[in-house]
Amino acid sequence: MRNKLAYLGLLAGALAIFGTNVAQADELQDIKSAGVLVVGVKADYPPFGFLSPSGANIGIEPDLAANLAQRLGVKVQFVPVVAANRIQFLQQGKINLLIATMNDTPEREKIVDIIHPNYYASGYNVLAPKSVKLTSWAQLKGVPVCAIQGSFYNKDVGEKYGAELIAFTGVAEALAALQQGRCDAFLYDNTAIEGELTDPLWKAYDMPLPTLGEQPWGMAVKNGEPALASFISQASEDWAKTGYILSLETKYGIPHSAYAEQQHDKYKA
Amino acid sequence: MTLGHDLTAWFSHLNETTGVNFTIVYDSYDRARFLNGLWLTLMISGVTIAGSVLVGIVGAWGQMSRLRWVRGIVACYVEFFRNTPPLVQMYFFYFGLSALLPGTRNSLGFEKPLINGFTWACLSLICFAGSFNVEIFRSGIEAIPSATTEAAESLGFTRLQTYVHVILPLALRVCLPALTNNLVNLVKTTTLAYAIAVPELLYVSNQIWSDNENVPEMMLVLFVIYIALVGILVFAMHAWERALRRPGLGT
Repeated sequence: MRNKLAYLGLLAGALAIFGTNVAQADELQDIKSAGVLVVGVKADYPPFGFLSPSGANIGIEPDLAANLAQRLGVKVQFVPVVAANRIQFLQQGKINLLIATMNDTPEREKIVDIIHPNYYASGYNVLAPKSVKLTSWAQLKGVPVCAIQGSFYNKDVGEKYGAELIAFTGVAEALAALQQGRCDAFLYDNTAIEGELTDPLWKAYDMPLPTLGEQPWGMAVKNGEPALASFISQASEDWAKTGYILSLETKYGIPHSAYAEQQHDKYKA
Repeated sequence: MTLGHDLTAWFSHLNETTGVNFTIVYDSYDRARFLNGLWLTLMISGVTIAGSVLVGIVGAWGQMSRLRWVRGIVACYVEFFRNTPPLVQMYFFYFGLSALLPGTRNSLGFEKPLINGFTWACLSLICFAGSFNVEIFRSGIEAIPSATTEAAESLGFTRLQTYVHVILPLALRVCLPALTNNLVNLVKTTTLAYAIAVPELLYVSNQIWSDNENVPEMMLVLFVIYIALVGILVFAMHAWERALRRPGLGT
């Protein structure tokens, strides 16, 4: 009796291993045979992932996804994601790949396969009227600064530089408050601020301070898909080598980021 | 002093050993902003309770006016503020109405809004709770027999004197339970001020739990504090109710 159970257990184990092996070998193959790569991108983060007037997903990250699809010889399909659901979408198989302004953190490395080299990085900075003439973070002492509730850098800026933070629940409210003069600057991701600055609405504003707290971004695939992961990793290295990211920055009208330049210098050698 | 030191050391130890993290006890930055938040919640509550009761008394007087346009204004006010969500009202005041008002210029020459977030929060909450208070006072007034009013008139009281000295004191006794309810609601609604970045309790707690990842602990603290605040208010209102009780009036 006990023997029988042991055999059954072995059989189940073998099946499970066999099953996962099949799945592992296949996601890259599945994409090729289906002829479509499904990518999760942001729809509210210009110029990285946003919507064109006709409703199509455009931006730097959709361009990266299209580049990958082209390398695979398949079509690309976009699924809009937000920070709160993007990893779940990937785990549930709703998308093959995630390129959605996601910071590469040790916690996330555990639950999904984050692709190296990282393709971008963001830190924090302020959006301020040009007439405010800011040159150093220390000048923010006692200055009313709008922010987003829950941003991890609020405490740093409040504690270290003594800024008087006025934090709102959403970006639209904070921007409205900045325009109405309720604060002299808006503390936010430098990458998102660069995106806002491409809008003529903000032509009297700039991003005057050195960016702080820079953290890399990573694309991600499901755990246990080595073939797909290494294919994308190869592409990411290639982008760094050829300066593709830098050319996309130019295409979308934002200045070259220090991180993209560093990566280019590192890999072109 | 040593007790305070022991307490902070104990909570710091609690965090290190169990991960139960009450930063507001041992982290001076978090403690300072939390106490500021508590103070601001008390201020908003106090100002809006006083303001909304005043609006209720004046509004109920307006409802009894002989002038049709005064009654019309009060009716419009009550319908507008009773029938729209308080969060929408707060956004409307802070972002909408504020943009229409003239600003002042600061030392750098920037245009600054005339009215700050705290004042807008108080104004919008007074309008919101005040509209309910008007109806609450009306319910009390309508419970007063018309014979009482007529008796006051026959003694030579003017309409205002009748209202202030006869109707209102009696009506107040009748409507106190309903008023207590509304004021309890008002104290809880002060948390909406966090939407327009007034650093009251919920706002500072949100900041603290985003910085320290201690959401459950801060939720617990918030619950306990609001239970205490509302408990104190209800206790005071009940004590007032007992002190005002007149045998034979109401129950």
